[in-house]
Amino acid sequence: MRISVTVDGNSYTDEVEPRLLLVHYLRDRLGKVGTVVGCDTSNCGACTVHLNGHSVKSCSVLAVQADGGDILTVEGLSQDGKLHPIQEAFRDNHALQCGFCTPGMIMQTLDLLAEEPDPDDETVRHGLEGNLCRCTGYQNIVRAVQDAAQRLRGGATSSGDSVIKDAAKAETAGGVR
Amino acid sequence: MTATAEPEIGKARRRKEDEHLITGRTRWTDNLVLPGMQHLAILRSPLAHARITGIDTSEARSRPGVVAVFTGADLAAEQGSLPCAWPITEDMKAPPAPSLAVDTVNFAGEAVAVVVARSAYEAQDALEAIAVDYDELPVVLDLASAVADDADLVHADLGTNVSAVWTYDSADAGTGGDVEEAIRDAEVVVQRTLRQQRLIPAFMEPRSVVVDPTAPQITMWSATQIPHILKLMLAMTLEIPETRLRVIAPDVGGGFGGKLQVTPEEVIALLVARRLGKPVKYTESRSESMLAAHHGRDQIQKLTLAARRDGTVTGFKVELLADMGAYLRLVTPGIPILGAFMFNGIYKFGSYHFTCTNVFTNKTPTDAYRGAGRPEATFAIERMMDELAAELHRDPLELRAQNWITHEEFPFDTVAGLTYDSGNYEAATAKARELFDYDGLRREQAERRERGDAVQLGIGVSTFTEMCGLAPSRVLGSLDYGAGGWEHAAIRVLPTGKVEVVTGSSPHGQGHETAWSQIVADQLGIPFEDVEVLHGDTQTSPRGLDTYGSRSLAVGGIAVVKAADKVIAKAKPIAAHMMECAEDDVEFTAGRFRVKGTEKAVGLADVALAVFAAHDLPDGVEPNLDSEATYDPDNFSFPHGTHLCAAEVDTETGHVRIRSYVCVDDIGHVVNPLIVDGQVHGGLAQGIAQALYEEAEHDESGTLISGSFAQYLVPSAVDLPTFTTGRTETPATGNPLGVKGVGEAGTIASTPAVVNAVIDAVRHLGVQDIEMPCSPLRVWQAIHTAQGGAR
Repeated sequence: MRISVTVDGNSYTDEVEPRLLLVHYLRDRLGKVGTVVGCDTSNCGACTVHLNGHSVKSCSVLAVQADGGDILTVEGLSQDGKLHPIQEAFRDNHALQCGFCTPGMIMQTLDLLAEEPDPDDETVRHGLEGNLCRCTGYQNIVRAVQDAAQRLRGGATSSGDSVIKDAAKAETAGGVR
Repeated sequence: MTATAEPEIGKARRRKEDEHLITGRTRWTDNLVLPGMQHLAILRSPLAHARITGIDTSEARSRPGVVAVFTGADLAAEQGSLPCAWPITEDMKAPPAPSLAVDTVNFAGEAVAVVVARSAYEAQDALEAIAVDYDELPVVLDLASAVADDADLVHADLGTNVSAVWTYDSADAGTGGDVEEAIRDAEVVVQRTLRQQRLIPAFMEPRSVVVDPTAPQITMWSATQIPHILKLMLAMTLEIPETRLRVIAPDVGGGFGGKLQVTPEEVIALLVARRLGKPVKYTESRSESMLAAHHGRDQIQKLTLAARRDGTVTGFKVELLADMGAYLRLVTPGIPILGAFMFNGIYKFGSYHFTCTNVFTNKTPTDAYRGAGRPEATFAIERMMDELAAELHRDPLELRAQNWITHEEFPFDTVAGLTYDSGNYEAATAKARELFDYDGLRREQAERRERGDAVQLGIGVSTFTEMCGLAPSRVLGSLDYGAGGWEHAAIRVLPTGKVEVVTGSSPHGQGHETAWSQIVADQLGIPFEDVEVLHGDTQTSPRGLDTYGSRSLAVGGIAVVKAADKVIAKAKPIAAHMMECAEDDVEFTAGRFRVKGTEKAVGLADVALAVFAAHDLPDGVEPNLDSEATYDPDNFSFPHGTHLCAAEVDTETGHVRIRSYVCVDDIGHVVNPLIVDGQVHGGLAQGIAQALYEEAEHDESGTLISGSFAQYLVPSAVDLPTFTTGRTETPATGNPLGVKGVGEAGTIASTPAVVNAVIDAVRHLGVQDIEMPCSPLRVWQAIHTAQGGAR
């Protein structure tokens, strides 16, 4: 079947098998390997992208279902070499370790903050429930999302200060030699 | 070039690794596309134990896009036996371990045939066209019955399901008294049989391997923690000269021990690529990963703790059954043995006996998973200390303080034969108590019990230590391990004064590039930004023993320091020559070579440029500052800490909620507090997951029923609390940075803290133990049974 899609601002037209998953179309046909596959039951969310302005798990969407759609992946998020505020917040708050879940986390955060620009801890945790991370224990991800929210609302960027301050505090409070 | 004003070590530097990871400019193995590359799909046994009586691949071979199909018989002459680097005893029983099964399958998920096709979809399609005839054999699943005399056998040729029995006895070893005597003389004996359930490491990036055989040197990219060990083991297993292999671990998406392996899939990909003369790729699905990548833990622990009525512990006897699964993988038999040295925890009781019986079952092989032996040991002793406290009606923290090694007593030779170099359990515990509001929570607990609230509060304690920095090579030798425990580093000083640091550690999320840059910046007096850390490719980093066992900083980081020392030693005579003074008059301070007592100084970059030009060097000095060092630690390092968990248990539903979690870890000096907190958070998450959520479960036929993320409950953000972390800093004495290691601490400490909290909440209802994971069903059943109800 022939599909036409826009991905990260570029147009593509391709013949695809009806069964081809969107994530495999993105990775294998378009080279959008920034989006990854972490499971086969749509539990992990590593493959999350935006389709027509909303987050979807691209392992659960067929490429043909995306026909005519506008897709945004993590690769299209930074503009003119400048990181998106969510990306900055993830880096500044040490919200990633191995980084495999990160593209999905960031894309889900984009969706979450569009719906709730000032989420509390619980809202963030529930908003990210469909995205698994095995490295971070989520604590710094939650803070990164709240930091990103602040940056997007136009507040003073906290640049991960809270996490860094906490880390420093723990250090000085140590001091037992 | 000026010296960095304040030390880099200790700074909460944002990670160098992150920019490419947050923008999707990544190099996961599965991203690789090579010219002519073919795709592999693997057919796996649906049965846990069967004889293969026939495989018909003819239909599959004719499917569109398929270029070849191989069975175990096709590869039998080349595939050898997957390596086990740890023959723990001379008489250990080890069956041959083919990568592709030849005549029998011994666990559900074992590889039976491989399809090679133009695309991954076509390879997958052809799997269903392969017909395999199996004769089913009886399955061995239960550890306890597997060791019975009349048990069915996993490997009939071995005549037993027992692979090895390994013993440590403090009386025999001369490190303490006779535990049987201690038990005989004890005023109080606490006996429990605890279970460490089977876990799945569940790294987020599924395993993936690409092999390019189109040059004399075969290149393998693999999502592995151990490129160096993998290269060596492949060479030895497949009889390929080491010079003809290059292994690259590009971006690797987590490991947690689960990628500390030489896998069947790596061997199969290499053999198939070599056969076809074409690059091949294999990437597993998550369901395959859960079935076929090694599992972790899985022990039955029979524990006997002897004590006096005043609370003094006098001895601990540990009898383990440890599930190997169907085969011995890279370090399978050694995992429970790593725990043997830790069952005494932070305590100074005088007698100890450890016996571990390693047992085969028809299940996925077990091997390293975060902590590897030490979580099992810590769980046992910390659960037992709470049980003893309950028996004696003592406060569990107070009882621990009565028995632990005091700060003044270090260095301390333990009953398990190790020497703990340093520690301050008093300081960590005092700080944790305060952060936690221990006394306030105890009061609330008493009030809730008094009122008979439906939701009860429990407080769980875990005061742990662990052995990190694996490992002194001589110690590994004495345990029959097949390799050393050193680590290697090289520093290349470039003409512009920038440096490349080559490390034998192989990161997969830990942040080595950032931490090593901080170390080298301080050692050489150059900016953090001027350091580039290279790793994970046996061509750029030819020597190394990789990343596991909290060894990277405490061993690999020290190798970096030693290499930097050599750079300075090489540069010093040249700096003296440049400043026209004697070498003895030059000192390297604050990142500058300085003529003592003067302001005259040059930096490393000045020397580097002079060396590059080589126009005017002292006689006999080579024009090169590059240096390398291999560091073998004299001892392990011993991080410790106090973890306190407050859990609310709904006695009507069995639901557990962690209300607060406080940990104070002492990991010695800290290179980057941001990274350290991240490691602790992630470690806690995995330890809590073992306590409350995760279990690899099989049905009676040996089928894994928790075989996807839909059934195997890796916690999400809503399942975990916000942690309160703190630190005390008692430096390790065995290395120049005073560092200990942090990768496994959270996992090791948290499981008993949480389970102790859950049991503490319902102990007054008669509950003494709840098997992990403490699911609502299990908690409810435990309460119900203790109250005299039917299960």
